[in-house]
Amino acid sequence: MMTDLITLRETSPEDILLLLDTAQSFKEILERPVKKVPTLRGRQVVTLFYEASTRTRVSFENAAKIMSADTTSVAAATSSVQKGESLLDTVQTLRAMRIDCLVMRHPQSGAAHLVAQALDVPVVNAGDGMHEHPTQALLDMLTIRQHKGRLEGLTVAIVGDIAHSRVARSNLWGLTKMGAKVRFVAPATLLPRDVHRLPVEVYTDLREGVKDADVVMALRLQQERMERGLLPSLREYAQRWGVNAGALQLAKPDCIVMHPGPMNRGVEIADDVADSGRSVILEQVTNGVAIRMAVLYHLLGGEATA
Amino acid sequence: MRTIFRKPHVCDPSQGIDRVTDVVVEDGAVLAITDDSTSYDVGSCEVIDCSGLLLTPGLIDLHTHLREPGYEYKEDVQSGTAAAVAGGFSAVCCMPNTDPPLDEPSVVRGLLKRAEEVGVARVYPVAAITKGLQPEGLSEMAALKEAGAVAVTDDAYPLQSAEVLRRGMEYAAQLGLTVMTHCEDKSLTRDACMNEGLTATIMGLRGMPAVAEEIQVARNCLMSLFTGCRLHILHVSTAGAVQVIRWAKERGAPVTAETCPHYFALTDEACLDYNTNAKMNPPLRTQADCDAIIQGLLDGTIDAIATDHAPHAHHEKAQEFALAPFGIVGLETAFAVSYTELVATGRMSLSALVEKMSCQPAKVLGLPGGTLKPGSPADIALFDLKRRWTVRAERFRSKSRNTPFEGWEVLGKPVLTMVGGKVVYREE
Repeated sequence: MMTDLITLRETSPEDILLLLDTAQSFKEILERPVKKVPTLRGRQVVTLFYEASTRTRVSFENAAKIMSADTTSVAAATSSVQKGESLLDTVQTLRAMRIDCLVMRHPQSGAAHLVAQALDVPVVNAGDGMHEHPTQALLDMLTIRQHKGRLEGLTVAIVGDIAHSRVARSNLWGLTKMGAKVRFVAPATLLPRDVHRLPVEVYTDLREGVKDADVVMALRLQQERMERGLLPSLREYAQRWGVNAGALQLAKPDCIVMHPGPMNRGVEIADDVADSGRSVILEQVTNGVAIRMAVLYHLLGGEATA
Repeated sequence: MRTIFRKPHVCDPSQGIDRVTDVVVEDGAVLAITDDSTSYDVGSCEVIDCSGLLLTPGLIDLHTHLREPGYEYKEDVQSGTAAAVAGGFSAVCCMPNTDPPLDEPSVVRGLLKRAEEVGVARVYPVAAITKGLQPEGLSEMAALKEAGAVAVTDDAYPLQSAEVLRRGMEYAAQLGLTVMTHCEDKSLTRDACMNEGLTATIMGLRGMPAVAEEIQVARNCLMSLFTGCRLHILHVSTAGAVQVIRWAKERGAPVTAETCPHYFALTDEACLDYNTNAKMNPPLRTQADCDAIIQGLLDGTIDAIATDHAPHAHHEKAQEFALAPFGIVGLETAFAVSYTELVATGRMSLSALVEKMSCQPAKVLGLPGGTLKPGSPADIALFDLKRRWTVRAERFRSKSRNTPFEGWEVLGKPVLTMVGGKVVYREE
């Protein structure tokens, strides 16, 4: 069993399946009037976030609290990072306080890997730069599986800023390991170099890219891409690559629509699509808590110490 | 004082010597190369038994960062030249991106004075082509040359303005100075930290495309043709750059080029796992680039193998990949890695390797050395080519440990280095 969760590229299909199945079984706890189980009582989970985040941080903290772990939240803006402390010194300081698990988000790709090499407690990557966001992909897979009953053989079209997306990368590895086919759909300037050499079909045309898809996942578009000169305008992006009802007519009739949030309505996803019956965006959020409970449970070896 | 190297395999491509013979050294110069040195073995004479060893002219590194003045916590003249001679190098050309930079005659003189005091390897300062390595104004190249600078360069701060490059080359040419350039179009490498390609895509890192190097190689070669200034292209890393240089040489451009061992021994996959000791600029590329670079060495497009020895402290490399500084150390591994990858694999002859690491570097900048012709300075390196050894950074003479070759099993160990007739390194 794994000791950290840093990437899905390096996570085995067996571990992915185990996490999905565990999360599925934990979902019932979220429906209880008293959402509390004693599994991780006495364990200290620290969330260390170097990037602004609401949903992911709250999701991890709720997951830990439901399992009765104690949580501490460290935001980089208020920490000694402001005083020039290195990442490794920061996490080693936290470790010296005898924490049991570190959940971290960082703007630099590879930051979680660096930390995991240095710490002897489980490290969970809650997003590192443009690299990976494994729990997001796991909750996406859980959501897809609930709706489709399986992952194998499905076609998942991921639309948007592939080049800068850790969500796209984690989903690529996770979904292909579970037997799904992945498509990347993006304007050429938002596709990373040599993307064709990954196990993925690549499209620059939205309508071709979503044709006969079982799942269409829209990615958030950052304003910064326009400032860097990668795109001419939001308007052209929304017209050509925004997921809308017209394009979805080409997908499978029972196609679901996903988004990792936060959404730019009217940009990467049309307003009516986000609120339509196809949209499973809020279910993704609920499943996020269950997935993070499963991840903490397996990394902290819940039962043995409860 | 006379020294006789008895029965080494002498490889001196400058004279076409590649056989077992004796080398006699006296008063800091080569006295004779002779098959029977018994007549020289009189009086106070040290005889070094070299049977089974390779003897070459001392290696010359065209591209070393000694870090002094200003960054002595990474390296200094003492540790850097100690690392050089431990790698078989008798001379190093040191780059000007120090603090203060080598853009003032007094700084160049100070550095040369330090090198003389230390007295280990020869140090040839390469001065900044512009004041403060900033793009605004040319440095006082005439005074810098007088102070001892052997060339000028924009290394680490590649000139983006073709106009500044043009004037710098025109000015350098009248003084007979070679301009050495780091080729990188910075508009294509903003925030980038490794090669742009599949590996960077998987790792989620911003990449430097090969074309960013090739555009500037082409521009600089064209500017060399236009101005007539001698141009030396530093650390060539891409197949396209090799092609462009080949094209320029065919047109008679006064251009020379170097590569480094890591550009033919490693690909960008060495960066996987966010290994900051595989991070340098230009970055490690692909296998196709490695193959093209070896071809370029073989056909003479690339004249020399240099190290781009760039020491950094451990705490600087123990960071997030994109935040860690560019550069790796190379003086103590360059010969062995090159020998292992090129000669032991049968891709290159031994004499060609010695040319690339000794004779050609001397020729590129018109430096003494690179030959054992009688009367030349007694700069000599001895290697045990049969010795298989494991690279262990903790044993380096350099102050820094940032090597991507840690743990590599390599062939060819420098065992003795002589500079000006003085033994400055002897393996314990």
